[in-house]
Amino acid sequence: MKQARVLIVDDSSVMRKIVGRSLRQAGLEVVQLLEASNGSEALTLAKENPLDLILSDINMPLMDGLEFVRQLRCIESAQQIPVIMITTEAGEGHVVQALTLGASGYIRKPFTPEQIKERVIPLLRG
Amino acid sequence: MDQTMNAEQERVRIHLSARAAGSGTRGAWKPSNPTQPPLRCDWRDELAKATLEVFEIMVGSSLTVPTELSSPFVPDFAAMVGIAGSLCGLVSIHTTSECARRIAAKMLGSDEVGAGEDAQDAFGEVCNMIAGGFKARIAGLADGCAISVPTVIFGRDFTLFSLARGEHYEVMYSFEGKLLSVTLDLHG
Repeated sequence: MKQARVLIVDDSSVMRKIVGRSLRQAGLEVVQLLEASNGSEALTLAKENPLDLILSDINMPLMDGLEFVRQLRCIESAQQIPVIMITTEAGEGHVVQALTLGASGYIRKPFTPEQIKERVIPLLRG
Repeated sequence: MDQTMNAEQERVRIHLSARAAGSGTRGAWKPSNPTQPPLRCDWRDELAKATLEVFEIMVGSSLTVPTELSSPFVPDFAAMVGIAGSLCGLVSIHTTSECARRIAAKMLGSDEVGAGEDAQDAFGEVCNMIAGGFKARIAGLADGCAISVPTVIFGRDFTLFSLARGEHYEVMYSFEGKLLSVTLDLHG
């Protein structure tokens, strides 16, 4: 079983819990789980904590997920952290923009635990 | 001030010209042609498919179509998400607070009725996913529209009043024996 320190970014606390549960159902051992309700909070946490994986919504108040990824990739220690966008915004334009800004993958809500397993676990090292 | 005016003021008014979701720091991508209207399609059917998908995957429940209404449906819990761009409108979902708490509990994997805050959060997210799923199903809408963050209203005796006066579509379902309706109001 892979272990990971994970940051989940979503303005919905229910969705953060569901994503966390889905990671465990996918067979990931979450040794540290951090949560943020917007991109600004997430940036602070990412600067202060070593992370193995970030899952982020796009539509959030204060700072959205796209801007979060853009600023995250400017932090040297965070450049290699896999970032998966989990969002209702499924348009090709959004996907291309997220990947261009530095996201590692994209999952559309609603999502199944199987999709989490297929797209998240392979991105983890070790 | 006359009584009609007082009654109007107590209504919850939602203007359908919804603001694009997100913050001032949102990314710079814009739809390639946001003024291009989407092709006409069966809006109600696509709304129904998006609703069923969200409940099956995220709530873990199959909705059923109620055969007949044994008592008046009086929702006291509603969530709404605005759509703005090549199509402008509002997706909303209505039910009772008891049903909303039950939906939240199911989403969180609990058999117990959830807390009020969880219900607001979960119900708003359900509406968000329905709106996102709806626009993803229609060619040109996924990139041609933005959706707002959800708004949740609860309490007795409120009316959602559309200033757009456009087309209105509704699908009605039963969730564990409790009624819920999902509506789409298009800008006129």
